[in-house]
Amino acid sequence: MKVKEILTEKEGGKLFLLGNEAAVRGALESGVSLVSTYPGTPSSEIGDVFCKIAREAGVYFEFSSNEKVALEVSTAAAAAGLRSFVFMKHVGLNVAADSFMSTVYTGVRGGMIVLSADDPSMYSSQNEQDNRIMARLAGIPLLEPSNPQEVKDLMKFGFELSEQFKIPILMRTTTRISHMRGIVNLGPVVKGKEKGVFEKDPAQFVVMPANMVARRKELIEKLTQIKEIANNSPLNKIIDKGGDSFGIVTSGSAYNYVMDVVSENNLKVKILKLTFSHPFPEKLVLDFINSVDSILVVEEVEPVMENEVLAIIGKYNIGKKVYGKLDGTLPRIYEFNPDIVSAGIAKIIDKELIKKEEFSTKLPLPLRPPVLCPGCPHRATSFALKKAIKKLKLKEEDIIYSSDIGCYALAIQPPYKMADYCISMGSSIGIGCGFAKATNQKVISFIGDSTFFHAGVPPLINAVHNKDNILVVILDNRITGMTGGQTNPGVPIDGMGNSAPEVSIEKIVRGVGAGFVKTIDPVDLKKTEEIFKEALQFKGVAVVITKHPCAMITDAENRKKGISIKYTINQEECSKCLICVKNFTCPAIYIEKDGSVNINSLLCDGCGVCAQVCPKKAIEVKK
Amino acid sequence: MSKESDRGEKMKNKNIYKIHLIGIGGQGTIKASTIIGEAAMKKGLNVVMSEVHGMAQRGGTVITELKIGEAQSPLIEEGGADLLIAFEPTEALRSLNKVGRDSFVIVNSSPVVPFTVSLGISEYPELSSVFKELKTKIKNLLIIDAQKIAKEAGSIISENMVLLGAAAAIPQFPIDKDLIIQSMKENLPPKSIETNLKAFESGFAEGKKGGKSIGI
Repeated sequence: MKVKEILTEKEGGKLFLLGNEAAVRGALESGVSLVSTYPGTPSSEIGDVFCKIAREAGVYFEFSSNEKVALEVSTAAAAAGLRSFVFMKHVGLNVAADSFMSTVYTGVRGGMIVLSADDPSMYSSQNEQDNRIMARLAGIPLLEPSNPQEVKDLMKFGFELSEQFKIPILMRTTTRISHMRGIVNLGPVVKGKEKGVFEKDPAQFVVMPANMVARRKELIEKLTQIKEIANNSPLNKIIDKGGDSFGIVTSGSAYNYVMDVVSENNLKVKILKLTFSHPFPEKLVLDFINSVDSILVVEEVEPVMENEVLAIIGKYNIGKKVYGKLDGTLPRIYEFNPDIVSAGIAKIIDKELIKKEEFSTKLPLPLRPPVLCPGCPHRATSFALKKAIKKLKLKEEDIIYSSDIGCYALAIQPPYKMADYCISMGSSIGIGCGFAKATNQKVISFIGDSTFFHAGVPPLINAVHNKDNILVVILDNRITGMTGGQTNPGVPIDGMGNSAPEVSIEKIVRGVGAGFVKTIDPVDLKKTEEIFKEALQFKGVAVVITKHPCAMITDAENRKKGISIKYTINQEECSKCLICVKNFTCPAIYIEKDGSVNINSLLCDGCGVCAQVCPKKAIEVKK
Repeated sequence: MSKESDRGEKMKNKNIYKIHLIGIGGQGTIKASTIIGEAAMKKGLNVVMSEVHGMAQRGGTVITELKIGEAQSPLIEEGGADLLIAFEPTEALRSLNKVGRDSFVIVNSSPVVPFTVSLGISEYPELSSVFKELKTKIKNLLIIDAQKIAKEAGSIISENMVLLGAAAAIPQFPIDKDLIIQSMKENLPPKSIETNLKAFESGFAEGKKGGKSIGI
């Protein structure tokens, strides 16, 4: 399949779509007008598709500078009567939370969907937060798809519900839904309105306390009505496999595991699949509880529905056993899979479930942690900084490396070990300010270009104003790298591929008033090391911007131009000092069985930085 | 299996064919899986697939799983894979918990040694012991030098298509070869399709032969 087909494939056709791609098609079939995001795994591919097709689809799409801005852009569009769609990873909703909470109060006019992609097991995330709780905190209706077809269909349903009740809708996916592929049957693509009109109503849209007191009451009334719809919605369905002793309440990915385990073992159970799960359909669940002897709740991550079920049992004074996470039938942590669900069910029913024989090995297996790519400019930055630190005879224990969310945090790996603290987007500088005040250690904060635009500017202002003594390294690789290579405000192209003003990081830093500001291409190791030496000795806020395109960009450009430079090691010159292997550590450089050092030309990116690292000048361009 | 057209008939009545693919970021594991999935769809079979993106992508292990037939979840239970395709020898061992006595295993014999081994913080076992381990456990084992075959076909990058070709040659594989080829044409850049088809055909021939001796 070509990406374009997500837009062009006709009604009645079918595509093998990722959950994220299905969200795009669902938005297009709903006549969406405006789409905004800040990239975050596992939601990123939604944006990757929109940035390729938005122009042709006649949809406005942007990579906003952060999730809060993205949410505000979509909120305003919905207030102006357009259908809007904003999506982010689960922790992105924390960044957007302030405006998100208020948007639920003020409401919308055009339909608005907020998609949060949660990451159970934390494949690419710092926490396992369950944003179904966020739905309850905000008082927003919640939809939980189980597969790509449902993602697509729920977009349409969500927009209609949103417009009916003038309230935004939260869709919660998880990694296994966002990154699951399945066959999706398509409907017609509908062209959305190009522009809306904002009709003023300050009592609705200005969050003065007096206004919001009324809105709060209205919100609760809306939720009461929406609950009735959830109670009767065909999205919440009972799958009856016979027998009425044992019932399972489930949603999202967990539903898929339940269905496969039940089908494989021919279990006689009743399953209640909740797709429209907040406001919790109390009446429907009550009837279900009454129709079985005991209930198992199967859900990822927190016992959210389990608590709701227990509340119903308490409210109606029903004496029935509820199994789930709270009693240890199922684990509280990490994502589920068929084995976990099968083991949970086996604990309850009096039946041996099919357990297949499996193999294992006792051989040691090599570790493959994620690493900086061959040709990554962050490796050059890290190497030059490490050298400057050594030259100045600074001790590692006297330095705090405050890192941030981005590829450069991979310098946590040996031999660099340059990440001591990292908690959230943009935190490197704020954390740096705190350490600078609380200790006499030298603070070095690392932050990427996209992360700097996202949440790095306010803490830099803080550092300058509060006279902190820190070195801030802004690693500007001209891209939002870790999420797969999206544009950001620092590059001259916007999310739709149009030319756009390039926001200068250096001008921002100078404007804020940092005392020492230098921009350098880190691929020049010597110069970079010299600048780091100066910066490390500067008292106050020193900022070094290391500017060089991500290897993904240079690789793509070289491919386009037909350039293929590879480096090789001249074995006669090589003294086997292993600096390139042990200190520089590019994944393309390896030691052969015979002890010789070689470069894997399949991996080599041709950046040539290793040639500068080699004291014997033994690394040269392959002819 | 007598005729190509019989392939996958079983899938239409409740049988599920489960494929686990494991490789290293950059080897084209996801692409190979998507090609299988779209080919299954063309055949009129239901198919679900799970893939890994993001942080684990670069240099790390990449796992995809496919279930062809009436399955809802894209994850395979332990011991449940009908077919394991490992793009690297030690990666086959990493996924050993997914296979059982009746599983079919295809392994690329070319090792990819990570930087952690050069740094001395992890160990890469002797290749001969890796193959020995696989041979003692797996009845249906196909070890092929996909890298060498891909190189002969014109590009080392086509390793994934060599392995896909070998998979398509397995009698139990539920999708016809011509549907896989059609799906390849729709998923690979036109520029490289010739090389990729050559790699696929060589892999297919290798699979039919039951794997070439690689001197172990």
